[in-house]
Amino acid sequence: MGPFILKRLGVMLLTALCMTLIVFFLTNLPPNLEKLAKTQLGARITDAEVSSWLERNGYAQPMLARYGEWLGVLPGYTYEAANGTRSGRCARLAGDDGAIPRHCGVLQGDWGYSTKFRVPVTELIGERLARTGMLMFWAFAVMVPMALIIGVVAGMREGSATDRTLSTFAIASTSTPEYVSGVIFVVIFASSMVGLKWFTGSAKSAVDGITFENFTLPVITVALYGMGYIARMTRASMAEVMTAQYIRTARLKGVSFRNIVLKHALRNALIAPFTVIMLQFPWLLTGVVIVEALFVYPGFGNALVEGASNNDIELLMAVSVVAVVVVLVTQLISDIGYALLNPRIRVN
Amino acid sequence: MAKWQYDGPVLEIDRLSISFFTRLREIPAVMDFSVTVQPGEAVGLVGESGCGKSTVALGVMQDLGVNGRIVGGTIRFKGRDLGAMSETELRGLRGSEIAMIYQEPMASLNPAMRVGRQLMEVPMIHEGLSAKAAYDRALAMVEDVKLPDPKRILNSYPHQLSGGQQQRIVIAMALMSKPSLLILDEPTTALDVTVEAAVVALVKELGRKYGTSMLFISHNLGLVLETCDRICVMYSGEAVERGSIGDVFDEMRHPYTQALFRSIPLPGADKNARPLVAIPGNFPLPHERPPGCNFGPRCDYFEAGRCDAQDVRMTPVHGNDRHETRCLKFREIDWSAPPAPPARSETAEPGPVVLKMEQLRKYYEVAASKIFGGGAKRVVKANETLSFEAREGETLAIVGESGCGKSTFAKVLMGLETATGGTILLDGQEIQDIPIQKRDTRTVSDIQMVFQNPFDTLNPAMSVGRQIMRALEVFGVGGTEAARRQRMLELLDLVKLPREFAGRMPRQLSGGQKQRVGIARAFAGGARIVVADEPVSALDVSVQAAVADLLLEIQRENRTTLLFIAHDLSIVRYLADRVMVMYLGHVVEMGTTDQVFSPPYHPYTEALLSAVPIADTHVQKQRIVLEGDVPSAIDPPPGCPFQTRCRWKAEVPGALCETQVPPIRTVQGGHQIKCHLSEDWLARMEPVIRIAAE
Amino acid sequence: MEPLTWTGAIGPYLNPALGLAVAVLALSILTHAGLAIARLGGVARPGAGAAGSHAAAAAGRVTRWSLFAVLALIVIYLVAGIVAPVEAKGIIGRISTRFLPVWIALAATFALSIAFKRRLGLYGNLFDNRVGMIGFALVMFWVYSALFADVIVTHDPVGDVISGMKNKAPGTPLRSPGEGVYGYYLLGGDALARDVFSRMVAGARVVLTIAPAATLFAFMVGITLGVPAGYLGGRFDTALSFVANLVLAFPVILLFFLLVTPEIIAMGVPKYMAEVLFLFPVVFLVILWNSRFHTRPMTRNIHVGLTVLIGGWLYLGLAWDADPLGLVSIPGGVLIVFVSVVFVNSPTVFRIVRGLTLDIRTRDYVAAAQTRGEGAWYIMLWEILPNARGPLLVDFCLRIGYTTILLGTLGFFGLGLPPDSPDWGTSINAGRGLLQFFPFPPLVPAVAIMSLVLGLNLLADGLREESLKD
Repeated sequence: MGPFILKRLGVMLLTALCMTLIVFFLTNLPPNLEKLAKTQLGARITDAEVSSWLERNGYAQPMLARYGEWLGVLPGYTYEAANGTRSGRCARLAGDDGAIPRHCGVLQGDWGYSTKFRVPVTELIGERLARTGMLMFWAFAVMVPMALIIGVVAGMREGSATDRTLSTFAIASTSTPEYVSGVIFVVIFASSMVGLKWFTGSAKSAVDGITFENFTLPVITVALYGMGYIARMTRASMAEVMTAQYIRTARLKGVSFRNIVLKHALRNALIAPFTVIMLQFPWLLTGVVIVEALFVYPGFGNALVEGASNNDIELLMAVSVVAVVVVLVTQLISDIGYALLNPRIRVN
Repeated sequence: MAKWQYDGPVLEIDRLSISFFTRLREIPAVMDFSVTVQPGEAVGLVGESGCGKSTVALGVMQDLGVNGRIVGGTIRFKGRDLGAMSETELRGLRGSEIAMIYQEPMASLNPAMRVGRQLMEVPMIHEGLSAKAAYDRALAMVEDVKLPDPKRILNSYPHQLSGGQQQRIVIAMALMSKPSLLILDEPTTALDVTVEAAVVALVKELGRKYGTSMLFISHNLGLVLETCDRICVMYSGEAVERGSIGDVFDEMRHPYTQALFRSIPLPGADKNARPLVAIPGNFPLPHERPPGCNFGPRCDYFEAGRCDAQDVRMTPVHGNDRHETRCLKFREIDWSAPPAPPARSETAEPGPVVLKMEQLRKYYEVAASKIFGGGAKRVVKANETLSFEAREGETLAIVGESGCGKSTFAKVLMGLETATGGTILLDGQEIQDIPIQKRDTRTVSDIQMVFQNPFDTLNPAMSVGRQIMRALEVFGVGGTEAARRQRMLELLDLVKLPREFAGRMPRQLSGGQKQRVGIARAFAGGARIVVADEPVSALDVSVQAAVADLLLEIQRENRTTLLFIAHDLSIVRYLADRVMVMYLGHVVEMGTTDQVFSPPYHPYTEALLSAVPIADTHVQKQRIVLEGDVPSAIDPPPGCPFQTRCRWKAEVPGALCETQVPPIRTVQGGHQIKCHLSEDWLARMEPVIRIAAE
Repeated sequence: MEPLTWTGAIGPYLNPALGLAVAVLALSILTHAGLAIARLGGVARPGAGAAGSHAAAAAGRVTRWSLFAVLALIVIYLVAGIVAPVEAKGIIGRISTRFLPVWIALAATFALSIAFKRRLGLYGNLFDNRVGMIGFALVMFWVYSALFADVIVTHDPVGDVISGMKNKAPGTPLRSPGEGVYGYYLLGGDALARDVFSRMVAGARVVLTIAPAATLFAFMVGITLGVPAGYLGGRFDTALSFVANLVLAFPVILLFFLLVTPEIIAMGVPKYMAEVLFLFPVVFLVILWNSRFHTRPMTRNIHVGLTVLIGGWLYLGLAWDADPLGLVSIPGGVLIVFVSVVFVNSPTVFRIVRGLTLDIRTRDYVAAAQTRGEGAWYIMLWEILPNARGPLLVDFCLRIGYTTILLGTLGFFGLGLPPDSPDWGTSINAGRGLLQFFPFPPLVPAVAIMSLVLGLNLLADGLREESLKD
């Protein structure tokens, strides 16, 4: 197991490096840099102003060099203007004595500065992640138990009326992306058209405090799309297990139906959905971005959207690192968990 | 439900009919089926696949699934009607009074539950035993089924045990609550022959010990002979003959039973002098059964207007004990008449040597751990110093159990793998290092292969004709499409398939027909050496003979060298000229068929011969039961590969067997044995099989 | 003119019946669920089972009949809407009338398919499967809507901005309809006073052009790389699998935000990607024909030649925008959407194909082909690939649905397609701001997306069941 995890960690690191390089490349293409300069100085600046701004702030360096600076393996670029004011990558970290640190990259624990929100990226991401974390937590708390129950109950008697009803629900929910279910929920539960007005159609107030009214719709919307998928996986897995010969053995041993389901089938049936649940994490990210946009909730997804529309390079880099780490860590957990759940693999 | 006393038969099935219902139609699976099992009796239920024998078993268990239903007749267990019982009553019966064992031991055990818990569950449910008492019972039971180190076994997961051990656990589980009736559905089909023999011996012994009645379902007549007191032969959903083993085997009164016995290779059958008689035609599909006698269309004694006029009932055969047959003409048929004299064929004289192997070795490197990768590489010695030569027109059988390296050998010969050492000479030319992509068309078409699994041998997405024509294309036969098409039709003629099969898809063909197409494809380029990898073992008994004879006929005409890989010694004895016995990558014995099948034997051959069930009441066998399983090829024992299971090891002085690979010694007339036993000791060996005087 | 009601003149008669049927249906489903829970909880008590199962059977019958009633009433609404006189038609009736070509095409398709289903292979078997038939009907409804969109729409979905119709409710009459102009906005007007109904129908055309084509390309790429990765293994497999996992680890939404921007289009990135991705189908076909016919050079030359000629022409037009005949080209915005959707989908297809290949290559018929001395490409494309077609076809249907969702996502964030495009995602995006006050402009395309994806999912389910039966 040890070497396996080490090897996986190595692959993860390589993946993360490749990924950040790609993001860095895309955000640092000349038109994007120009866009950045214009968001900082106003849209009507001249080309000369653009290039001088880029020069002063260190964006004119070769791209790989700046990637190195971002990583913290190369010294940060510093520009000294004729009047002695110094600008550049690490200038904002200048101490009271005016000394600018040589390196200021990820390795030094510095994630840079958000040009859009004008705060250090670490601070911004921390706050946003906490908010999105709440959303994800509740979404998972609703989605996973519901999905597993639906899947197991549907799959344990394949073809029954219960199965058909639940399967119809599950397939309908996988056909409803967040931006569709969100719209429908708002229309039904928050709009003046139906007039239920049980919940609020915006989650803006959830920043100050989560309540049942302002958080239910976003949570349900995020949970619904993944729920059907997990439920279908669970159902398929459960139905397959229920036709396995060892279930027949158990039945012909005189085990009651309830114990067949609980003791014999469940563990075998949950191995496959476990992987799926873990892999839902990255999937949920897309959902979170949509839901945060639809319900105006300033979380991580909102940071991604804002960062991308303003070409906020360091924010985007941080966002992608977080996203990639989430994806890779869940993959790792899913692999390890799969091995732990499945005795056939554990011993090999 | 508490067990109750009853003096009558344990199981009485009376005129049972079971049907499966699909959206389109009702498919009768079992019709008018009756059988009685007395206390302590073992009844064999024999028939080919699809005859409904497993459905009967599930009917007894009242576990026919959503689509299956009992549409007529009753099943009484100890006098009580199972069909009238509630689900709760049935649950009390299952596992405690009636237990079942099926074919795939691995699939029968829950992979995510320790063996111990699966065993303990039975008495805990039915007798309300505490976990401690149930554990003790399980421990005792595991000892009863002769598994080493019972505590460790109880604590392991099923996949940690070998196939033979798993089946012993399944048997232990079935006997945990001392049931009155044990149903065994092909319990040994998935096991190797020597393991099968041990499991069968165990079942018999335990059945006697606990006084359990048994319903033994099998396609193998020999196995039924060895285990059962009575037999019931099924054909296409019906029982066609029923009686004591002695009556049915020696005085059969149904044409199907007779045809079945004539189509299996018993000792004494000979491919030239006394060839097998295949049953003509095919098994009818359940919804296309003929009117009247189901066997009518394939029966030699069929009389139109009589046999197909009415439903046929079971009729008692007078003079025998409870012997019945479902035949209208059984009193008129001369049952002692020998089969119509078949066309005798000349014994083919083997020609010059075409293939020669010398000291062939094939090693594989495998990663030690599958999932987590990495780690040390280990070497599997799949073939060790293989030497033999094969002549034109000769049949060389290669015999061994799973893992003995016979398939690897075939791969190296075909060029799918290259040899690690040694040479393969085809017409004096070395080919062992030339992978198939680099071989010229001539060499490739010279050596062809017939595969084991008929359902896997043809590409399901391509029509039969196309597949044969593709082979012709690749081998460069025929210049034009039309010429190849003509040749393809001739090949279909050759394997006795109607020409319209050219346009069919493989899924429209039966197993035997697919295997014929496979043979046609192998001979498309005029193959001179054909490797047949268990070509008939997956087919039904009645089809096996026809396919085997077809292969031999084509061989005889083309003077092909046939390398026949098999684990079934009966068919080997029937069709091979020479036999090579393999064990763990080594050739342990080689000689003509007569030499190998009579003493002196290699101890492994001796055990193998004893293990093969023979469906002939006149045959007496020495019982040799091998302990344990075949060792893994990744971790073979030092010295002689067979030393871990050899019963004569004590006869060899010193630790010779444990330390040194035995030399190949030639006994007489080219008969080679790889064993440390001394020559005069070998000479004193007794024959395993004796045919008693009639 | 009065605004239209939903059901028109038949409403007063049918609406109460529908209400009743729906109520009964809901009640019986609830009863059913209650019974199921009760039974799961009370297995231990004997006797309760029998009574419970009787009640369950009764509830099941009621459910079935009320469901039939609801469906029948809906059909009556649609049919009555078509046959009713113009002035008696409500919104549903008028919509149903507009869709008349679609209904006719659907009926013809089903009648023909059911008549010949025994001769149509897997497609025919689909008509033995209720789920599959419902899915197929939904999908074909949108396919025909896309085909006949020009006839169905009541107004120009992009150009007709009619004053006074901004954010109007469904069935609002035009203030002063000109000659030959349809008098109502059937499903209301959106924030720019365009007809929501017409935009929905026109959106089907956009979505159903891009989604299946993009999925097809993704399959070409995935198959061309996945089969050799699974069959050959080794370094090639390791490298490709790493790249596939890399793309899969990339959050889709981030990728879209980075790729689908005007700046990236200006840099020509989509063009480079298109040049690589669009090459795969041509390469795939050339290898396909060559491996099959290399033993017959004439046939091979004809096939390969035609492929290179036609494929090359399309390739020049699509990827390089350099069609010598000037017939084929894609606008930059659509191209980037197309390319990024293909890019996101290919790795998943790659993984599926690779897994299937690993499974199928152990079959005896593959070994038989090897022992005949067949080349690796022949074995991969003619022995392995055709036998993976069942699962691939199922996944193809599912993936069109997924691609539709992705397109919607792009539209929802206003990426790629022009802001006035009638596609469903863009329409939802345009309407979501005022969602709580004017729900129809975003709701209509939302329901459209859902029904199309649902149809594709059901179709995939039906196909899966039927292909497993073989």
